[in-house]
Amino acid sequence: MANNTKTNEFHKEQNKEEMKKQLITFAAMIIFTVIAFLIVGTGIMSKMMAIPLLLIMALIQVAFQFYYFMHMKDKGHELASIMIYGGVWAAILTVAALTLVIWW
Amino acid sequence: MSHDHSLNPETMPQHPEKATLEGKNKFLGLWFFLGGETVLFASLFGTYLALKNSTAGGPTTQELYGLELVFVMTMLLLTSSLTSVYAMYHMKNNDFKKMQLWLGITGLLGIGFLACEIYEFYHYIHEYGFTFRSSAFGSAFYTLVGFHGGHVLFGLCWLSAIMIRNAKRGLNLYNAPKFNTFSLYWHFIDVVWVFIFTVVYLMGKVA
Repeated sequence: MANNTKTNEFHKEQNKEEMKKQLITFAAMIIFTVIAFLIVGTGIMSKMMAIPLLLIMALIQVAFQFYYFMHMKDKGHELASIMIYGGVWAAILTVAALTLVIWW
Repeated sequence: MSHDHSLNPETMPQHPEKATLEGKNKFLGLWFFLGGETVLFASLFGTYLALKNSTAGGPTTQELYGLELVFVMTMLLLTSSLTSVYAMYHMKNNDFKKMQLWLGITGLLGIGFLACEIYEFYHYIHEYGFTFRSSAFGSAFYTLVGFHGGHVLFGLCWLSAIMIRNAKRGLNLYNAPKFNTFSLYWHFIDVVWVFIFTVVYLMGKVA
């Protein structure tokens, strides 16, 4: 029983560490969001500069969401990665096809 | 009841959500579902991008969108993502009451988000006469954003169902995977929203 309590304490400590990382992730996501809204709200950037930057910031936020909040960085997420990247692959093709048809 | 007891040991394993075969299956099944959802939303995003300039004389994206409300909605949904992380943190520490509390906060933030979205649609329809039938842009906009709102609504129903159903049971190896599955789904809704506020609202405002 004493041994059990010890491992529990260890796991609790581990969970706490993990939670700290999650909070840093959340702070980073808030900062990215605020920057994105500021770029558009203040209009300091030209359209050619702003749009790629906004998309890059969205991709970083989504990576944080997947790898930290949804734990894809942890062990045992190989199949999960295959499924989500498979979906992303099909998603890129879909968006490319639908936007390319209006190019001419 | 001996069956129930075996699912609720004195000391929970470190990952109660993946300790049983059913838990593992739920986890994989949900990721499979999310892969499909990615493609579903991609088709709606592609349609929106193709049709966003077909306004048929109605308001353009620049005239229509307001950033303030979208910012508030983004903060609500982003925070609800963090509160569901907190709920899962308490699940791993086998603290059922705190998990329910944080899940409740997640639900309230979700309701706040949905209320803002309903107000937004109401505003567009009454102030601008911008409806689903106004133009190809209108149809694409309401389908994309409305589908996301529908996912939020579905998530809220799902959340209240598992919270009420398990309120008296406490946390065990049978329902831990259910809570974890919901939290993954909720994060995914936030992922979709990140693209909506970037591609629809922010890019619509600069373009």
